[in-house]
Amino acid sequence: MTPAGSLLTAHDLHKSYGSTPALDGASFSIHPGEVVAVMGPSGSGKSTLLHCLAGIVTPDRGTITYAGRELSTMSDAERSALRRTEFGFVFQFGQLVPELTCVENVALPLRLSGARRKDAERTALTWMERLEVDDLGAKRPAEVSGGQGQRVAVARALASSPKVIFADEPTGALDSLNGERVLELLTEAARSANVAVVLVTHEARVAAYSDRDVTVRDGRARDLEHAV
Amino acid sequence: MSIGHTLLGLLESGPRHGYDLKRTFDEKFGHDRPLHYGQVYSTMSRLLKNGLVEVDGIESDGGPERKRYAITEAGITDVSAWLAQPEKPEPYLQSTLYTKVVLALLTGRSAADLLDAQRSEHLRLMRILTDRKRKGDLADQLICDHALFHLEADLRWLELTAARLGRLAKVVNP
Repeated sequence: MTPAGSLLTAHDLHKSYGSTPALDGASFSIHPGEVVAVMGPSGSGKSTLLHCLAGIVTPDRGTITYAGRELSTMSDAERSALRRTEFGFVFQFGQLVPELTCVENVALPLRLSGARRKDAERTALTWMERLEVDDLGAKRPAEVSGGQGQRVAVARALASSPKVIFADEPTGALDSLNGERVLELLTEAARSANVAVVLVTHEARVAAYSDRDVTVRDGRARDLEHAV
Repeated sequence: MSIGHTLLGLLESGPRHGYDLKRTFDEKFGHDRPLHYGQVYSTMSRLLKNGLVEVDGIESDGGPERKRYAITEAGITDVSAWLAQPEKPEPYLQSTLYTKVVLALLTGRSAADLLDAQRSEHLRLMRILTDRKRKGDLADQLICDHALFHLEADLRWLELTAARLGRLAKVVNP
């Protein structure tokens, strides 16, 4: 079943690592421009759910539909292209290429999709301005603070105009002031660009930036407001 | 909150009318619960009786008479003592939520559902406060943060209790 108007839907996902079940009948859906928090204790399966939704991990059973197409019917190359052009990613840390400057990092997804350096960097700077890090363009990731680095990572995730951003504990390594600013900027930018955000977190204060939340417990996703 | 001490504190910067005091109080501290005029005048009468304020002048401006109040030395000492006295931390031992969880277990109802519903309600309020914080000024942000941290603490308790329900069921239903 695909809830009306949803962009990305998962139904009855099962995934085991060896004999350990990570997902046990999880379902999920998100609409364009919606911010959904995926919550749950450590080991509940929330990161596995995110990896399945993003096409990084293939579930053992169940269906994932993105914009009307089932992910399982796509080739590896098609799924890679989907991740590059339609999805953006923000992780807890270690996601920026250390050898590149911040602006080159933000421009990277555009360059990989064939954009010319000048055009890619111009778009990158627009997003960096939005995330209040445009003055860091020439610096390398090691030369900026954790909070600034996460804003650069958010700018990179948004630069290729994705339809969905997957954020896995995006503020987990930041102090609360920096973390909140990153969340504010991420959710504001995503909402105004009609980008859906799947926000994996175990923190209620982070989840409070979402429009609704889904709880994963023992590999099952529970959506109290919108049962799917 | 001690309304008397707060109004006294506001008077330290200079004499004010009752209406002016109410307006300043509401602006700074009364976002959700503005003061009633009656509260202001009854509090000022008490402060006056106790010698903590005095009437600095009476104006009418063609309308009804308005008293202008000023803080006394005794009032300033009283505010200082109140500010220096730490607030008693809430012990949070009389928890309705805990009672509900135990009763649900005792009566064979789903304590997990109860905790989930509560969790959802807490998050709903946290969303509203986060939104208000985002749109508000620094004072608004601080007030909302105070509430958000308390709600977050409740949520952590809800999570922990959910993880311990099996053990708790054995304790309450031996």
